[in-house]
Amino acid sequence: MIMSPTETWSPAQPIVSLHGVHKSFGTFEVLKGIDIDVMKGEVVCIIGPSGSGKSTLIRTINGLTPVSKGSVKVEGIEVHDAGLDKLALRRKVGIVFQQYNLFPHRTVLQNVMMAPLLVLKENRKEVEARARALLEKVKLRDKEEAYPAELSGGQQQRVAIARSLCMRPDVMLFDEVTAALDPETVKEVLVTIKDLAGDGMTCMLVTHEMGFAREISDRVYFTDAGRIVESGPPSQIFDKPQDPRTREFLSKVL
Amino acid sequence: MIPNWKVSRVTWRAPVLAAGLCLAAALAATAQDGGAARPSALASLVIWMPFILKGFGLNLLMSVLAMGFATVMGVILGFMQISPVALIRVPARLVTHLFRNSPWLVILFAIMLLVPFQMTLPGVGRVMIPDWVKATFGFALPVMANISEILRGAVLSIPSGQWESAESLAFTRGQTLRHVILPQCIRRMLPPWMNWYALLTLMTPMAAILGVDEALGNTQAAMEAAGARPEFLIPFYLFLMTIFFVFIYPLSVYTRRLEKRFAVAS
Repeated sequence: MIMSPTETWSPAQPIVSLHGVHKSFGTFEVLKGIDIDVMKGEVVCIIGPSGSGKSTLIRTINGLTPVSKGSVKVEGIEVHDAGLDKLALRRKVGIVFQQYNLFPHRTVLQNVMMAPLLVLKENRKEVEARARALLEKVKLRDKEEAYPAELSGGQQQRVAIARSLCMRPDVMLFDEVTAALDPETVKEVLVTIKDLAGDGMTCMLVTHEMGFAREISDRVYFTDAGRIVESGPPSQIFDKPQDPRTREFLSKVL
Repeated sequence: MIPNWKVSRVTWRAPVLAAGLCLAAALAATAQDGGAARPSALASLVIWMPFILKGFGLNLLMSVLAMGFATVMGVILGFMQISPVALIRVPARLVTHLFRNSPWLVILFAIMLLVPFQMTLPGVGRVMIPDWVKATFGFALPVMANISEILRGAVLSIPSGQWESAESLAFTRGQTLRHVILPQCIRRMLPPWMNWYALLTLMTPMAAILGVDEALGNTQAAMEAAGARPEFLIPFYLFLMTIFFVFIYPLSVYTRRLEKRFAVAS
């Protein structure tokens, strides 16, 4: 099952690495050459105006959106290789979406347990113990028998995070996970992500929460019109932005 | 188009006229009866009821078997219709559209005449295929095509986010369909499925045209055997309609209730 590139990858190398990534939808070029390297345990935020290609960018990393040109590697595995073992990739990369996308016909606990049981064919008892521990971690242990429709947006999003984590990924992707939430539930989701980052999980976030990006990130990437305009530690991007486009964007949102 | 042709007048007058004629005929027949020692129409009906009900049993059997076959084949066809492989998708679409857009009676005649009345199976020898089995198959085909379309529509109505999150959790396409998409489709499919079952049951008397001894055929045979008197028409046919109504009406009420419940739930 283990592919040869995995063996040649060492934790000293970037765990996620994008080089010259281009993506077009028809004649519209969304990504025009993206380079990002993320080291294990790093927390990276991608910010920028709407339509700058942030979501497309993050979705190329687990192969949901195929790239037109360039290379996307996760632990040395080329994501957009025709012979890719998708199972191997998706065990390593978890993703949480803006719309939660929980399975409405299954309870919270079943949502979390489904993938490890079906895909990894793990022992039910072990999976159940792990799922309960994760629900504890996202503070929803008392909701395990509830159905998604009975939960608030913030609670659903935390279940979605637990569901992803139950596959024991090495990298977590967050695609504007608080954008659809009520302001009062945004915080509980951000706290969950912060805990996760504190545990050493490699996280990549697309977000509009500037305060949160500043607080949590090791590195911030500012994108505009399909290109990375500027990147650096949050103190640099937020306090001393170099590019006029970054300055203009931040003056609008801060 | 014929100018000034009043549809409404024709449509309400015709049935009323027909009903009036039937009633008059029945009355006249009763009046003629006089002192003759013939049993009344109602008494004849009572005598022949078990025979008609036995025929109705075959209607039910045909409807259940046809629905079972139509459901299994329709679901398979429906899944084939959403296949990413054109070689699977295109034939499924063709079959679906062919049987969805043909008159039921034409399909029924075609099946009756195309399928042989007996077949020689290796090891079993000659096997007779009764007419009612052929009729069942004929009824199943159009319903199958409609269930195929219902399934396709239900799958398409599931938000794309469900596919994406299943894919991200490393589900295969088959696992996604079986564990994520299909369970959500069943709720949406249940009311139209029950609707089609009711329609199918109401269509089964068409088999009488082809000589199957179901309720309608038996009713006609009973009236014939009892003396073919005109006053039989109303009570016998009314009885036949009532059996179907008693069976179908609760189903349609239940379907409507389900529809309402699902509309509230989603």
